[in-house]
Amino acid sequence: MASTQLAAPVQPVDEFVAARDRTRAGSVLAYCRRNPQLVAGLAIVGLLLGIGLVGPLFVDVREAQPTSVMIDQPPSQEYPLGSDDQGRNLLAAMVVGIPLTLRVGFVAGSFGLGIGVVLGLLAGYRGGWIDAIIRMVVDTLMTVPALLVLIMIAASIKGFISVWIMGLIIASLAWMNPTRIVRSQVLTLRERAYVQVARLSGMSDLEIIVRELLPNMLPYLAAAFVGAVSSAVLASIGLEVLGLGPQNDPTLGMTIYWANNFNAILRGMWWWWGPPILVVVLLFVGLFLTSAGLDEIANPRKRKQA
Amino acid sequence: MQLHYLFRRLGQFLVVLWGAATLNFLLPRLAPGNPVRERLTNAMAQGGLLQEGIEDMVRAYNREFGLDQPLYVQYLSYLGHAFRLDFGYSIAQYPRRVAPMIWEALPWTIALLVSATLIAFALGTLLGALMAWPRAPRWIKWLAGPSIAVSSIPYFLLGLVLVYLLGVVFPIFPLSGGYDVGTMPGLTPRFILDALRHSLLPALSLVVVATGAWALHMRGMMVTTEGEDYTTYAEAKGLTDRRIFYHYALRNAILPQVTALALSLGHVVSGAVIVEKIFGYPGVGSLLFQAISGLDYFLIYGIVFMTVLSITFATIAIDLVYPLLDPRIAYRRT
Repeated sequence: MASTQLAAPVQPVDEFVAARDRTRAGSVLAYCRRNPQLVAGLAIVGLLLGIGLVGPLFVDVREAQPTSVMIDQPPSQEYPLGSDDQGRNLLAAMVVGIPLTLRVGFVAGSFGLGIGVVLGLLAGYRGGWIDAIIRMVVDTLMTVPALLVLIMIAASIKGFISVWIMGLIIASLAWMNPTRIVRSQVLTLRERAYVQVARLSGMSDLEIIVRELLPNMLPYLAAAFVGAVSSAVLASIGLEVLGLGPQNDPTLGMTIYWANNFNAILRGMWWWWGPPILVVVLLFVGLFLTSAGLDEIANPRKRKQA
Repeated sequence: MQLHYLFRRLGQFLVVLWGAATLNFLLPRLAPGNPVRERLTNAMAQGGLLQEGIEDMVRAYNREFGLDQPLYVQYLSYLGHAFRLDFGYSIAQYPRRVAPMIWEALPWTIALLVSATLIAFALGTLLGALMAWPRAPRWIKWLAGPSIAVSSIPYFLLGLVLVYLLGVVFPIFPLSGGYDVGTMPGLTPRFILDALRHSLLPALSLVVVATGAWALHMRGMMVTTEGEDYTTYAEAKGLTDRRIFYHYALRNAILPQVTALALSLGHVVSGAVIVEKIFGYPGVGSLLFQAISGLDYFLIYGIVFMTVLSITFATIAIDLVYPLLDPRIAYRRT
């Protein structure tokens, strides 16, 4: 049994292995043309990251704090996005806020993915009762409205919330989806010929996981990461709009919260809540396109479904 | 087998409730500086008219939940209360109990959510099916781009924009609230019409976003079923387009949509909570916001517990109805 499998030529059965090799051999550019979603998505996210990096060179970020400029100014040459009720320069608030919101997303996404990879590998590779327990916990938690549980946690530690703590709180319920994705991938990869060859040639479990499984799951891991970041940003903005965000940081959600809190909508101060909403929508579209594009890499035959 | 599955789901249901109740119990005790006690002390220190009430309440709370007892006795008594849906008193409005406050707000939320979800689900499923249907009118295919954009907007942000456009710039709809101040709540035609008018904007923001998401999901499924042999066979047999569309392609593509519906409920409710707050709609979401701003912990924990309860319940209900839609499934999966 083993010898026949050893004798069989190792073919790149996986679609994505083939796709990866083509990309390496051919030009990246040609691939980009075939996957415009990925390019557009990454461009949007990159643009937003760029605002956070380059913005401070042009705008005084200290003006993102209250009482630094005249209050309630409509957009003008001096303050292109105007100012709010507490005297923040809203352009400065955006420049500071965009990377903060992204940071919450990346912190929660990274921790969520990290936990998901460990649990998914454990469940998928070991199987047995560990798998049964992990699967039950994941299935159960998937039906729970995450935002409400997060609200409960955040409300209980309201005074202590910072951008980092916020990311960690959200990460506590951001690992179920990555776990499911990793587990199902491990289940299919585990039986592939090359993994069995590795096992027969005496590789340890850890080596197999690190050298055989993980590299082959990269596109899936990337897609899972983007998905986790996207839902983490959604959760963070939800918490912030309810007033449960970091009180002293002008994240996008907090700016919307303050605008709503000071009735900016009724008072027609569109420059206060408009830009953060626009950026949030852009960010979500960017993340959605990125994950759709990554899905094309992982699964070229299947069309994007959700 | 089916019975076995039913028991497993019921077990899961109980585990979720137990988890939510336990979290409720542990959070204030684990959080730095026991926020509940701090809040009660603050309320007492503020004094004034409320003082007597709050002291009363602390005494009542101590008595009911046995705070002088060892921790595990407290925990057991807490679980007992939670399973009888008794969450104690509201801190901000002392003599009132939490449970009736939630019961009062619940019908508003359920009416808004159920109608918005059903409309969006039906509309989105049909739209998505047509987007993937080769013989559909052309303009429908152009909707794919906008649905991607729309479905990635959080409900509440679209809500804010709608308030501004249809409430402030073109004041067609009332800005907030669930009914006019002058109308008396009751089952009169006038009140119902008024309530409907107030719920249109919040419902619209839920429906628009959710329709986009359902349409995208459905489009993906339709592409798959259209490529199946049975669809080709139906075409070869010369069945009408209509019949192929409804009975072959759509019928089979709709199954994963229902699964997705069960999974998305939590997400929908979470979004709706914030939408309600933005529109000042008198449902559970606004109550929750009020509780958060007043640090009314018992009310917060009560609302979260009740919501978790209703969502897990609805999820199980959808799951158990699923075999009716898909006879191939008799719940033999492990």
